[in-house]
Amino acid sequence: MLGSDLVMYEEEFKQIDAELNRLLAQANAKVVFLVDKNGQLIAATGETENLDTTSLASLTAGNIAATGGMAKLLGEKEFSILFHEGQRDNIHISIISQRVVLVVIFDQRSSLGLVRLRVKKSAELLSGIFSELLKKVETGKGAAAGGDSPFAEITDEDIDKLFG
Amino acid sequence: MSFINYSSREINCKIVYYGPGLCGKTTNLQYIYKKTNPDSKGKMISLATETERTLFFDFLPLALGEIRGFKTRFHLYTVPGQVFYDASRKLILKGVDGVVFVADSQVERMEANLESIDNLRINLAEQGYNLDAIPFVIQYNKRDLPNVVPVGEMKKGLNPRGIPDYEAVATDGGGVFDTLKSIAKLVIMELKQGQPG
Repeated sequence: MLGSDLVMYEEEFKQIDAELNRLLAQANAKVVFLVDKNGQLIAATGETENLDTTSLASLTAGNIAATGGMAKLLGEKEFSILFHEGQRDNIHISIISQRVVLVVIFDQRSSLGLVRLRVKKSAELLSGIFSELLKKVETGKGAAAGGDSPFAEITDEDIDKLFG
Repeated sequence: MSFINYSSREINCKIVYYGPGLCGKTTNLQYIYKKTNPDSKGKMISLATETERTLFFDFLPLALGEIRGFKTRFHLYTVPGQVFYDASRKLILKGVDGVVFVADSQVERMEANLESIDNLRINLAEQGYNLDAIPFVIQYNKRDLPNVVPVGEMKKGLNPRGIPDYEAVATDGGGVFDTLKSIAKLVIMELKQGQPG
């Protein structure tokens, strides 16, 4: 899907948010978040108050990109799962539909096996939501459903205002 | 590739600072970081070597305010400038919305500038982008140094199309925000044109 913008609408966002919350509970995880492969945070849930999720999202994408580069050199399509083990917290990272990245942070209250199992289930569901979303964006239906495009009326002044 | 979230009413765009090694890409970001209101910036992340050369990328999220009720965020990235980090440079260009090319104005770096801008064109093409078609501005950095190439000559070599370009001294901030503002504007205008229906 080169060149197309990632667009998120209310309806899909709610579905995704619900699924992440379910995964959080079922996997006994601390934090679950979803990142676009380019590093944009899509949704996050769990103990995120003291977590710099924006930076984590960007670094996750960098991590996935670097690992993808390694895969290519080895003739693999991708390494779809990454796992980082720490003393206290662990991170499980998986690629969904080759486009978004699901990140689960968990501690000793859970286990790698449980996380893997639950992630697999959620991945299928999230994959479905994203293919629906892509269809919606391609047909342009979403824009109509979401009201007028916020960009159509942007002026130079609007942009100047951003910089005070 | 920007991310438009109608649910949280946010627009996120990705801007990449490109250029030869030691041209001042990281310095640009550091200045922006230093001068931005703490409420509107996130942490700046630098994946650098022990000698402070960029190893993978620098990352600075900037929340600039609202446009038509949408929170506008720019994610600024730099690439590692050194020639042998080309594999990493390609990765960072993925999903880019706008590119700033930072040129080193010193006479002895002119060749490195030309090589880097060629490299940019090739790496973008590999990702399916055309440098002539995406938002793109050039910054002639280090104008305070004694041995600089005249701007006219730099334009001839690096900017034959006459895209927006700026003189800068990134260490003291001269031209840094002009450059950022210019690329931000181009990226947002592109969003405006790219909207379906």
